[in-house]
Amino acid sequence: MATPYAKLPGWVDYGLIPLLNLVVAFAVAGLVVLLVGESPFRAAYLLLDGAFGYGEGIGFTLYYATTFIFTGLAVAVAFHCRLFNIGGEGQAYVGGIGVALVCLTFDNILPWYLTFVLATIGAAICGAAWAFIPAYFRATRGSHIVITTIMFNFIASSLMIYLLVEVLKPAGQMSPQTRTFAEGGQLPKLDWLLAIFGLDIGGAPFNFSFLLAIAASIFVWVLIWRTKLGYEIRTMGFSEKAARYAGINEVRIIVIAMLISGALAGMMALNPIMGEQARMQLDFVAGAGFVGIAVALMGRSHPAGIIPAAILFGMLYQGGAEISFEMPQISRDMIVIIQGLVILFAGALENMFRPALSRFFGARAMRTKPVRVGSAG
Amino acid sequence: MNELAIELRGINKSFGPVQANRDISLKVRKGTIHGIIGENGAGKSTLMSILYGFYQADSGEIVVDGKPVHIVDPNGAIAAGIGMVHQHFMLVDNFTVLENVMLGAEDSQILNKGIARAREELKRLERDYALEVDPDAVIEEIPVGLQQRVEILKALYRGADILILDEPTGVLTPPEADHLFRILEQLKTQGKTIIFITHKLREIMAITDEVSVMRQGEIVGTRHTSETSVEELASLMVGRRVLLQVEKDAATPGDVKLSVRNLTAKDSRGVTVVDDVSLDVRAGEIVGIAGVAGNGQSQLLETIAGIRTAVSGEVMLNGRPVDISGKADPGELRTRGLAHVPEDRHHMGLILEFEECESAILGYHGQKQYLNGSFLDAAAIRADAEEKIRKYDIRPANARLKTANFSGGNQQKIVLAREMEQDPDVLIIGQPTRGVDVGAIEFIHKRIIEMRDAGKAVLLVSVELDEIRALSDRILVMFAGRIVGERDGDAAEGELGLLMAGVEEKEAAE
Amino acid sequence: MDMLLLTLESTLRLSVPLLLAALAGLFSERSGIFDIGLEGKMLGAAFAGGAAAATFSSALMGLLAALVVSVALSLVHGFASITQRGNQIVSGVAINFIAMGTTVILGQAWFQQGGRTPALSSAGRLNTVELPFAQAVADVPVLGPIYSDLLSGHPLLMYFAFAMVPISWWVLYRTRFGLRLRAVGENPGAVDTAGISVTWLRYRAVICCGILCGFAGAYLSMALTAGFVKNMTAGKGYIALAALIFAKWRPVPVMYACLLFGFLDAVGIRMQGRPLPLIGEVPVQLIQALPYILTVILLAGFIGKAVPPKAGGVPYVKER
Repeated sequence: MATPYAKLPGWVDYGLIPLLNLVVAFAVAGLVVLLVGESPFRAAYLLLDGAFGYGEGIGFTLYYATTFIFTGLAVAVAFHCRLFNIGGEGQAYVGGIGVALVCLTFDNILPWYLTFVLATIGAAICGAAWAFIPAYFRATRGSHIVITTIMFNFIASSLMIYLLVEVLKPAGQMSPQTRTFAEGGQLPKLDWLLAIFGLDIGGAPFNFSFLLAIAASIFVWVLIWRTKLGYEIRTMGFSEKAARYAGINEVRIIVIAMLISGALAGMMALNPIMGEQARMQLDFVAGAGFVGIAVALMGRSHPAGIIPAAILFGMLYQGGAEISFEMPQISRDMIVIIQGLVILFAGALENMFRPALSRFFGARAMRTKPVRVGSAG
Repeated sequence: MNELAIELRGINKSFGPVQANRDISLKVRKGTIHGIIGENGAGKSTLMSILYGFYQADSGEIVVDGKPVHIVDPNGAIAAGIGMVHQHFMLVDNFTVLENVMLGAEDSQILNKGIARAREELKRLERDYALEVDPDAVIEEIPVGLQQRVEILKALYRGADILILDEPTGVLTPPEADHLFRILEQLKTQGKTIIFITHKLREIMAITDEVSVMRQGEIVGTRHTSETSVEELASLMVGRRVLLQVEKDAATPGDVKLSVRNLTAKDSRGVTVVDDVSLDVRAGEIVGIAGVAGNGQSQLLETIAGIRTAVSGEVMLNGRPVDISGKADPGELRTRGLAHVPEDRHHMGLILEFEECESAILGYHGQKQYLNGSFLDAAAIRADAEEKIRKYDIRPANARLKTANFSGGNQQKIVLAREMEQDPDVLIIGQPTRGVDVGAIEFIHKRIIEMRDAGKAVLLVSVELDEIRALSDRILVMFAGRIVGERDGDAAEGELGLLMAGVEEKEAAE
Repeated sequence: MDMLLLTLESTLRLSVPLLLAALAGLFSERSGIFDIGLEGKMLGAAFAGGAAAATFSSALMGLLAALVVSVALSLVHGFASITQRGNQIVSGVAINFIAMGTTVILGQAWFQQGGRTPALSSAGRLNTVELPFAQAVADVPVLGPIYSDLLSGHPLLMYFAFAMVPISWWVLYRTRFGLRLRAVGENPGAVDTAGISVTWLRYRAVICCGILCGFAGAYLSMALTAGFVKNMTAGKGYIALAALIFAKWRPVPVMYACLLFGFLDAVGIRMQGRPLPLIGEVPVQLIQALPYILTVILLAGFIGKAVPPKAGGVPYVKER
């Protein structure tokens, strides 16, 4: 009764099905390329070449991937508690305040590694704070968290415009952004990491926050599968009744899961603000919070899936930029389409191929081993 | 009156590897009440869903009024004059009675005319069958018994001559059930045919003309009710003469371990479900609570276990009070020696998506032996699970298998192993053998007796009276939220039955 | 007085797309299909309308294209949510992205104006209509200006949008379709056992949603402005969703909620940089965020309780 579908071998469930979904998403995206009169195959070549063909391209790909690892993890942690945190966008945006305030205060006083620690804490606190109200209302008053987090995205957007235009913008400057941070507010590049593989990073902003993203992935894995808290989050996600039975405090777990989710989303702000621009600009999140949904869906909410999914989207962002040089018709908005298609096919339509595969593999399983008759009721 | 209303010939139905109905043939005579009885999971509901067009049979034939029909959806069933009262009512809660009755039979695109006609028709049905109900009442505001009446009205409104009732008394209080029986008698005298599905023998004996017994997807016998007995039907249902008489010695009760005084609890709608209940359970005895499902037993257990909030009263565990205000932590109660095997195994007792070893620590996951600081000690958890698998003969013996992949009996063993091996002082158990295969039932009953003999205080709730009688040293009967009587473990079935039906203590004693 | 009239007039203009989209959501969500893809459908429709109207110099073609695209997107949502029993939120998010990207890519490829469609001539625009006697009564004090300036001289679609409020109410509460639609959003089992196809019923609801979103999009690109601009819905679909929740999924309150949110929008535009008496200068961003803040407060149960249709968001699986 738990699932209407027959059980499939693990490699089909976690390998073949996501792959098929991805292939279909890209095939449909190829149709759009065809529609604007370009060759999808050349576009695919440009995409791969732009993303992985040379050191700088790889640097950019990994720079974008860093961002998506954070937002993907954020969505995944909430998913494990059966919460759909669609507010990663707003939480990341507000997380920027934490980074910016720390950098503006300490960039002339502290070395980067100390600023970085403080900025990480600041980003996490701000991101978590932005998730707190939706979480608290969900836990205590049953508000629909999808709707409240969407609303908080828009509220965040208004808040940040206000702060950047009215408060954080230095006097006499036109564009709504903070001043540029001094060296203590800038993260070093990871050029040495790619140099190991003989690659030259060039101007790519691939920076130290990537290592934090990897650490965060390990943290999430340990948290969810190896700690008492993670056990309670998963229990809560599968059955609220069982959580109550097991003596798990629902309010506490929902709020904690969302705070962790918000903190991870907030930490995303480190990458563009400290790692690339050295200042906070309007709309620096640029949809990364939503990409996190696609990444978490594709990665099946597991860090081992999220990292490759994030790199895939990093590839799309970087390679997409390359395509738009060669094919002016195809701007970077192409990525938005692909992202939508991936969410559609890997998320909403994830079971489309399942019946057919179940028939195929189910028929085989029936022949090889007898199945015990359980209680049907 | 020997014409057949319905004849089923050779019906087969499988869900994947599970064959729910096997070669079923059934004859239901016109103008009779035909009972279908069987244990949970015997395939009764599936069979009726096929008759109502909810599922299609893999093979077989349905004949209605002598004509073979091909019922592919509920529309076909309605057209053939078949109506169904589902176990879980198919009503729209925020609609009025009238709207619910009309739904799907509105006459025309615009409602006005249909409403007028429906109101007329409803009045007529009320008159003819004594089915009073206010057509403008909103469903969620009327009691369950009335809601069921609306379901019956829905079927009659569509011109049903054959009425299927699927476990209709499960949600009813005994007076409501009696009222339902009178309605069914009335419908029968008006020429309707009724198929009555239940797993309760008492009801079969009380109301049906004929009865068919189902077991493991097959019909194993059909009898005239007047020519059979409870014993015969029971043995047909379970396939062999069940020896529910478990071997046990007399109890040697010790100190009071669990004490409940004047406990009162309400459900989410504010209805009192546990009403001023007091009871004691001593070390080394099994106290059984008998009662028709839905008389507050489940809520009583949940309140004692700290899951449900009580309105008033007190609970003492090992002589110390338990916070019943809803802030009680079920986890803390466990450390104080209370173990709880919940009724709802699938949603409360286990996490079906977890590995077996993870399900096997649910509720105890905060205990030191499973943790290294804040981290789970995977090796210890697995070793612990494997030991329990051996001790309780849980199959397949694989602690890393998903909980959902174990059969009902083995899942229940996982829960029992978890709760019993904690060496609690007090063990409360709800429906220990619901949906459990016969082999596992014996095993589970033996373990419960062993717990008693080891000096534990056991509070047992079951809707299976046989089970209560087989295991309990004392029996409390619950009715409408109250304890209405106490008997020894060897009390007669008839006497308990009367108490369960709400007959006053004095009358029952006579 | 003039100021007030102007504000009210832009309130009406700005609330029309919200109203149409919120009513669209009403049909879908009352049938049990949550739809956060209103934004994407509206955007797709606005683009299709702008593109077709410019290409064929015909408002009718534009409107038709807008409807076709919006209904097609709603069918995708229906396929994912109804047939494939997928997650409705995920599907809605996907549609929003697909619409957002596709409108820009195709717009650039077809018209080369940075994602815009060419400015529409009057033949391509949805024209305004004068109410009868508007000229004649213009001089009547108070009521005259209200009638001839505020109420008259708007695109036909505006009158259509407001007419859709009582019509939606009538359809939902006075027709067989409406009865069944409301039932399937509460308890699809009741509908199924009554011999009605849950699938087909929900598809029809989703198509109604697509049609109304199509009108909303067409209004944006063909009536409110003369052509499509990149991402021109700018969150209106989400505000419509907020309005729908704010109105607790009922047609007449939906209109009030949309007028309120439209009014806030109009005031926000007008107030930019102007101090309010007593309060002083209110940041315009606060006024813009007000619909969202109000919706959160409502969802938290501080102003009544918003109870969504009981079966909303849950794919229908027959019980076994």
